[in-house]
Amino acid sequence: MTGPVYPEMMGLSCPVDDPLLRPGNGNCGGCGMSTALQFLGRAREDRKLQMVIPASCAAVSVGPFPYTAMGAPTILSTFGAASAVATGLSHAARLNGDGTRVVCWAGDGGTYDIGMASLSGAAERNEDILYVCYDNEIYGNTGGQRSSATPHGASTSTTIRGKTEHKKDVLAILAAHRIPYAATVSLAHPQDAIRKMRRALDLEGFRFLQVLAPCPTGWKSEPALGIELVRLAVRSGLFPVVEVVDGRRTTINVEPDFADEALELYLSLQRRYQRSEISAADLRPAIERHWRDLRARSGRIVPADREP
Amino acid sequence: MNGQLLSGNHAAALAATLAGRANRTGRGFVSGVYPITPSTECMELLCNQEIEKGHVVRVESEHSAMAVCIGGAASGSRTFTTSSSNGIAYMAENLVAAALLRLPVVMVAANRTLGPPWNIWADHGDTLMLRDAGWMQFYCADNQELVDTVLCAYRLAEDARVLLPAMVCQEAFVLSHTAMATSLPTQEQVDRFLPALDLPGRLGRTPKVLGGLTSSHATEVHRAQHHEAMGRVWEVYREAQDSFEEIFGRRPADPVVPYRADDADVLVVSMGTIAATVERAVDEARAKGIRLGALRVRTFRPFPAGQIAAVLRGHARVAVIDRNVSLGFGGVLWGEARGLADPGAVVQGYMIGLGGGDVRPEHVLAIAADAGARSVAGAPVLMEAGT
Repeated sequence: MTGPVYPEMMGLSCPVDDPLLRPGNGNCGGCGMSTALQFLGRAREDRKLQMVIPASCAAVSVGPFPYTAMGAPTILSTFGAASAVATGLSHAARLNGDGTRVVCWAGDGGTYDIGMASLSGAAERNEDILYVCYDNEIYGNTGGQRSSATPHGASTSTTIRGKTEHKKDVLAILAAHRIPYAATVSLAHPQDAIRKMRRALDLEGFRFLQVLAPCPTGWKSEPALGIELVRLAVRSGLFPVVEVVDGRRTTINVEPDFADEALELYLSLQRRYQRSEISAADLRPAIERHWRDLRARSGRIVPADREP
Repeated sequence: MNGQLLSGNHAAALAATLAGRANRTGRGFVSGVYPITPSTECMELLCNQEIEKGHVVRVESEHSAMAVCIGGAASGSRTFTTSSSNGIAYMAENLVAAALLRLPVVMVAANRTLGPPWNIWADHGDTLMLRDAGWMQFYCADNQELVDTVLCAYRLAEDARVLLPAMVCQEAFVLSHTAMATSLPTQEQVDRFLPALDLPGRLGRTPKVLGGLTSSHATEVHRAQHHEAMGRVWEVYREAQDSFEEIFGRRPADPVVPYRADDADVLVVSMGTIAATVERAVDEARAKGIRLGALRVRTFRPFPAGQIAAVLRGHARVAVIDRNVSLGFGGVLWGEARGLADPGAVVQGYMIGLGGGDVRPEHVLAIAADAGARSVAGAPVLMEAGT
């Protein structure tokens, strides 16, 4: 090896950009981030993407130099700097008018905590970036430590009895920047997911998508059950599927049935919730509060029992 | 050419502006900036320039400022930032990333003491902390040299044989806030000296990854390439000097600058503005019949070991002055230069002017007298220059 080696030099004969996540990637079986990337690949059609990936599982999944499993030009950034590296790429793209859409593809670690300052900065400046957080809630790349993305009751390698605090509402934080578009994405609702990705790809300014990405390794769940787990999280109201335009107009895209059995099933199918013995009844009050807020913000249904 | 009174900060900002505009026929100019004393006025002036095909992004931290440069450079744009002290420390992770990605970012550092306790005055410790980060480092003695070195830094950084980021260092207040008569070149001249950047391997349309996982072996190869690129700087710099002289009508200084060194009984080696003070002291000493000489080290990375050794040859007494301290060791320049003198020569280290202490010719003369009286070198001496 005496110089940089690029995919076209490796004698690859298959299309280099389709699918977006190509065979040979390093992801685990049942990885929700893999599914989310393929959804993004469907959504992009002929749009020209450049990807920024901070330290994360996705940084590993692109594979070892000089190969890449990513079907788009990609730069790996330092852990907390994805939004700022994307800012540089996005300005260069605008100066050159080449129509490139810059996408940050970051995990919950690079989004909720170490990347929050640069994320907030880029959102406040309304940089022309699509930021996707594939949120598996587990700090997967470092092996599952407690974080602000860890949900209440989940055990981690640093809180083995389960986290006692609630998960940070990252969507609300981003929406509070009054960015053009912020939405949550359910992998169990592919049409809604791809519609949101297309909409987010085409809007100008800062767009934020939060994808609940099942992680069999971290959730200690069956790889084949990932999409079902997302469906249960949506049905139970634990993961609201919403979109927020300009930080004000909130639309609820999926109306849950708030079934306690869905919530119990969601918890029981993941061994990360076993140690704390957290139950649907424990989680229900926080879910109800969250939904009262969401409905009040959506303006379509004003709940009679809203807090004064 | 037009001569005007410019502070180091303003001179650097205007040099960066000229370099940025020169890439309007390429992929433009992208800069991420964040304020910190004493480099603030550099970024402020840059923010107020009209730069055709250029954007200056006012980000939320130094860490992000360098990240914006990384993104811009990866896309093939010319890039610039400026910082100091704890700002550089906060930026450090992305400074390392820019170097390892082999991106030709140019940065002006206004050297300031690291804190706490907080001290805004000159000290080389902030950039020397990044000695091993893979950046080229240049230390300037006046504002004209700052302008010229910024332009040369782009020329070196963007040369396909080099492709390394470059840090151009000026000392807090001594240069950053001191107005000096400075000639700025015309845009047309800079356009000739800095052709549009055509970055090999930039992020474009073809799927590939910059900065992917590497094996031990690939890392060994990358480090060897990076190290070899540093070694090619000398050759490329000589070409840049020739080209600079042809276009601008004056020749930028060599990587090391000897001053009345040949017959000196004591040779004083230093960097930055202290080196300019040393040259004043040399003249004062010579007027009294004391044979003092000086060597100014302008380029610190790559380290001009051979060029320093050539000047030190035949000198029995060498004093090395550092405006920094590698705590638990001594001066950084002394540590690197002390093995380059003749066998048996006395190479004595002195640290003075830490935290912005004002180093005056009398300090240099005292250092020279001390070094001249030594038959063997002792432990590095930490001196107080006072306020």
